[in-house]
Amino acid sequence: MSLLFHIGRYFLLMQRTLRRPEKWSIYRKQIFREIDVIGIGSLGIVSIISIFMGAVITIQAAFGFESPWIPLYAVGLAARDSIILEFSPTIVSLILAGKVGSSIASEIGNMRVTEQIDALEVMGINSAGYLILPKVLAAVFIFPFLVVISMFLGHFGGYVFGVVTGVVTSYEFIYGVQYEFRPFNVVYALTKTVCFGFIIPSVSAYHGYYTQGGSLGVGESSIKAVVYSIVVLLLFNFLITQLMLA
Amino acid sequence: MIEVRNLNKSFGDRHVIKDFSFTFERGKCNLIIGESGTGKSVLTKCMVGLVEPDTGEVLYDGTDFTQQDYYARKTVRKDIGMLFQGGALFDSMTVEENVMFPLAMFTDMSDSEKRDRAHFCLNRVNLPNAAKLLPAEISGGMKKRVAIARAISVQPQYLFCDEPNSGLDPRTSILIDELIKEITYEYQITTMVITHDMNSVLEIGDKIAFLHKGEKWWEGTRQEILISENKELSDFVYATKFLREFRDRLRTA
Repeated sequence: MSLLFHIGRYFLLMQRTLRRPEKWSIYRKQIFREIDVIGIGSLGIVSIISIFMGAVITIQAAFGFESPWIPLYAVGLAARDSIILEFSPTIVSLILAGKVGSSIASEIGNMRVTEQIDALEVMGINSAGYLILPKVLAAVFIFPFLVVISMFLGHFGGYVFGVVTGVVTSYEFIYGVQYEFRPFNVVYALTKTVCFGFIIPSVSAYHGYYTQGGSLGVGESSIKAVVYSIVVLLLFNFLITQLMLA
Repeated sequence: MIEVRNLNKSFGDRHVIKDFSFTFERGKCNLIIGESGTGKSVLTKCMVGLVEPDTGEVLYDGTDFTQQDYYARKTVRKDIGMLFQGGALFDSMTVEENVMFPLAMFTDMSDSEKRDRAHFCLNRVNLPNAAKLLPAEISGGMKKRVAIARAISVQPQYLFCDEPNSGLDPRTSILIDELIKEITYEYQITTMVITHDMNSVLEIGDKIAFLHKGEKWWEGTRQEILISENKELSDFVYATKFLREFRDRLRTA
């Protein structure tokens, strides 16, 4: 019952969020600000994770393929498919759910407990639209870029660490990465990412928007935002994979 | 003018506002007073639509706000200025940007016009040098003054003040009260002030309603409040033992 209540309230909030903005010029500024906060602000963590993720995947693949029957270029191939299909879109989105989700929930939650949201409403401003829509649009726009950067850096990390540690040669890694490359995999990954770009800020904003209590409530909202964003993200990861790859 | 007619609001079994009726007159400071937890803030939230009343009417110059749809309410709200207890300034904006925000949202003013208007409003509340500061860098009293500047920037018809003196020293409280009074008279707006500060009541209370356990217990002026025979009101006004003894001596005399 409680779950249905939250789902219903979430959709009602989204309905309010997607109402026509009072003034597009103000929203446009907010969207650029959010792109900076969500996208540029996450570039560092995404880069570090991606490089080391690529490195570990390559070394693990090489460890698993220690067989004379499996060609060494399979290391590059396995690293490529793992990075493109799952690690970059999903793991990076999970990291962003933690970083961006908690930040959005605490920002909006703090505005709720300090009556800033009430102030917006009394001014005649659609608070849900003003606070949530720019974040959602910014995330939907910038997440695919972050994931593409993550894919590139994942391959770069795999290549550098693979070659430096001697588990794979430069030629075999590059040959494996190029071997039977299917552009559809990138389409699938970016489709997931766009979907995650909507889920993470909207679910987090929902928890922030309905924060109750004082600073304790803000903390609880941040935790719930991260947990529920991750759960919904994993659920949609499964659904999209089933729809697009099965 | 705002007329509230037979307003009721319950939260579960708790009947918070009971059949409240009152007329908030234009050009006057209309005060709602009462102890903490008597439903003053809930009443205000019902009046501005932040909380939906169960029954009753809230008429803004004759139009029932409670029956209006979302877009019609937005139009009415553009004429409302509200001063929240904590100021409710936007943390990420400077003082100047806070005051300019409603102008940016609802007017087609150029940047320089908005800035001029913001500086005019900040001068009006005696904060000419705070424009570039962030809300975190100013005192509680200054926050309230900035909130007043933001509220009057769009020249509202109705001003709501939720405990404008809470957390302020007596001198700053009086400054805020005087400011509210001046603005009300100068712009001829309908002002509603929630307070339990007797200094405020005596300073600005043109018309007063005393709320007790969610009901309107008494209505009158600041001149009448001191001589009221209403027991609950008298206990509220003369809250300290010293004042009660003073009242009793006055009555005996």
